[in-house]
Amino acid sequence: MNEGNVRVPAGDGPVGASVEQRDSRWHVSGHTIYVDDVILPGMAHMVLARSPFPHARIRRIDLTDAQKVPGFVRALTAADVPKNIYTILGLIGFGLDEERALADERVRYVGEPIVAIIADTRVAASEAAKLVRIDYEELPAVFDVEEALAPGAPAVTEWGINAFNFDGRPFRQVRFGDADAAMKGADHVVEGRYQMSPIEHAPVETTGCVVRPEPDGRFTVWSNTQALNMSLDLTAHILQIPTRRLHFIGGTVGGGFGGKVDGMVEPLATLGAWLTGRPVKYVYSRDEEMIVSSTRNGVRIYMTDGVTNDGLIVARKVRSYIDCGAYSRHTPYAVQKHAANLAGPYFIPNAAFDIYCVYTNRQPSSAMRGFGVTEASFAMEVQMDRIAELTGLDPWTVRFRNAYHDGDLRPHRKPVEDATLIEAMQAAARLVGHRLAPELLAMSSKPREV
Amino acid sequence: MAKVTGRGIAAVNYPTGMNLGGDPTIALIHASTSGVFNISISSVELGQGLKTVLAQIGAEALGVPLETVVLHNDDADTGPYCTGTFASRTTHRAGNAIIAAAEEARGVMLEEAAELLAVEPGELATDGQGNIVVRSTKQSITVAEVCSSAHFVHGRNISGRGIFFRAKSPVDPDTGAMDPDSTEAHACTVAEVEVETETGQVRVLRLTSAYEVGRALNPRLVHGQIVGGAWMGVSHTLYETTAPYYPLIDHAPESFSEYLMPGPAESPVIEAEVLGIPSSNGPYGQKGVGEMTANSPIPAIVNAIYDAIGVRFYELPVTPEKVLRALEERRQSATLEPATAGR
Repeated sequence: MNEGNVRVPAGDGPVGASVEQRDSRWHVSGHTIYVDDVILPGMAHMVLARSPFPHARIRRIDLTDAQKVPGFVRALTAADVPKNIYTILGLIGFGLDEERALADERVRYVGEPIVAIIADTRVAASEAAKLVRIDYEELPAVFDVEEALAPGAPAVTEWGINAFNFDGRPFRQVRFGDADAAMKGADHVVEGRYQMSPIEHAPVETTGCVVRPEPDGRFTVWSNTQALNMSLDLTAHILQIPTRRLHFIGGTVGGGFGGKVDGMVEPLATLGAWLTGRPVKYVYSRDEEMIVSSTRNGVRIYMTDGVTNDGLIVARKVRSYIDCGAYSRHTPYAVQKHAANLAGPYFIPNAAFDIYCVYTNRQPSSAMRGFGVTEASFAMEVQMDRIAELTGLDPWTVRFRNAYHDGDLRPHRKPVEDATLIEAMQAAARLVGHRLAPELLAMSSKPREV
Repeated sequence: MAKVTGRGIAAVNYPTGMNLGGDPTIALIHASTSGVFNISISSVELGQGLKTVLAQIGAEALGVPLETVVLHNDDADTGPYCTGTFASRTTHRAGNAIIAAAEEARGVMLEEAAELLAVEPGELATDGQGNIVVRSTKQSITVAEVCSSAHFVHGRNISGRGIFFRAKSPVDPDTGAMDPDSTEAHACTVAEVEVETETGQVRVLRLTSAYEVGRALNPRLVHGQIVGGAWMGVSHTLYETTAPYYPLIDHAPESFSEYLMPGPAESPVIEAEVLGIPSSNGPYGQKGVGEMTANSPIPAIVNAIYDAIGVRFYELPVTPEKVLRALEERRQSATLEPATAGR
């Protein structure tokens, strides 16, 4: 694409028109076909036996009782998975293999999958999953991000430190200007500790897929993934089969919000279809969606700003702990987004950020709407009001004074372009009838005059 | 018992796209014999209206009626690669890929029309109603006739290929220098809340926002994202968590009966104005609006609560229990040490 070569729509054409969503009438009247509506002749159902402990060693798995359930077809354990250990960002060469499709020796969170039961009906599969007998040796667990990084903490990872490695450091670092010196010269220092809670994506359609073995050796996979190609590639990787054997069908999903990019169901269901020769459905129940599927990251942010009497932020130091739970999944990606957005829409000439992706024995967290940024915006915008209060300025003025302009350099050294914060704030003030001072109304996001 | 109101603001930016590896999205377009244009792509619709807006972009770029454009996004065998629907990237990436594919297909269509009308392709225009018109003479031919003749008379393949690609942006390990996104959208939200000091209940009365998200390609769909995101922001601020005693894992909710979210009675009035300032690299000047819409309501509500009761909250969600405990703590410290009360 040539930047700066943006087309202008005709004006009376389709672009810019409030066209009704093509399938919304079918969504609201219940006619849209979702994954769970796919019912095939001879289809079997998969239900998982999961860990009841946040951290435990698996001593022994006994399938005797499970196998006696009428309708039981077969069980899958770690030994059945060709490439059991993986990490999803490994598809783009990021991170170490760390998560298992089915746990073998150790479980690291409540709900971690251990045995996949395939049975004629969902009821039979659930019954058999409950009858899988597993001997555990409970291990000490750690839930808090800072405790997880303290010496002597229970090891969640297999490499000694409960943090993701970014270029040889246990955190991603951003350094711009001289934050320490600028902080010393500031009139005020504003410190805050902010804690974002994990939340569930809560899609109306729970995560799931149906897989049918085809006569040509391929597998047709009906999936509600948010990323057809990524899920396909991950399935091929875990099953160690060429991608040509996978035919992914999807494209219309009942809510995602980032919760359907981890590739949790397709590899196991495809393996089940492969090993049984039958179509297999694996769809999360609502409680699995709640307590097993990834959540938004819990994020703890320590933010320190050096501020002048005029309300200008001259330095910002941040230490953030992004809680990924037991496995990193897409959290390293949140770290990058966090790193690139910790100054928000403001120009901050001196910055030092250390951002950790921390492993704990909590339910894994991963992608979710705005992750890395939503948490930063929460901390920064509460911080802005505190700066306003401290300097005796009103909350609007302090934001206008710090707003970035086109051409400003952000802490990750990307020049600002397409800046429009000032214009958005002017419009918001007008909408609520707040009178801005004339000098604020006269401002624009255009490059500063040198 | 008292109901006190407060107002708070928050301003945010949000990146369109974010990449750790190379980020391609590809579109293919081919015409049928009767002038239907099929767009094949692997980008997933999540209910936000992606299929609709991508068809709008295709129809606009081809210069043909929207109802003659069919979008296929359901099959990774026939749809070329898309990284996925996340990072507020998909309308931006897929839209640009579709414009590129449409340019190629339109070029062949105009070549065929030019031959039929015995003019140069440069003399032709589409009217968006299914006709191709000679600008000077107003002589015209239908798109359907052109597509039929391309197939059966001249053997022309009216199709196009388009890709949007952003190369991987490596991160400098020491400075964090990187160029991870394509553009930034902006928003400012004003929240009005009412705090019931006896019960600790916070009600969000109104969220008023201005959004600068490039050109709105479908204003109704943009508005849908803003309203849905604002609701999610209210929920995140006041109600939802999978770990009520974070970081502990006890009492994790397992169903919608235990997992609190606002219902119609708790939903505020949500108003928004969208400023149509085109971006420098989105399709028709678009920017991503998908993810950012929960971001400004959260701190705006927290700031409004402070304005109402003078208590600043640093942990989400702000439950009635936390509000009552904070009010109680402040009352006690005010009784003991009036000089240091408040922040």
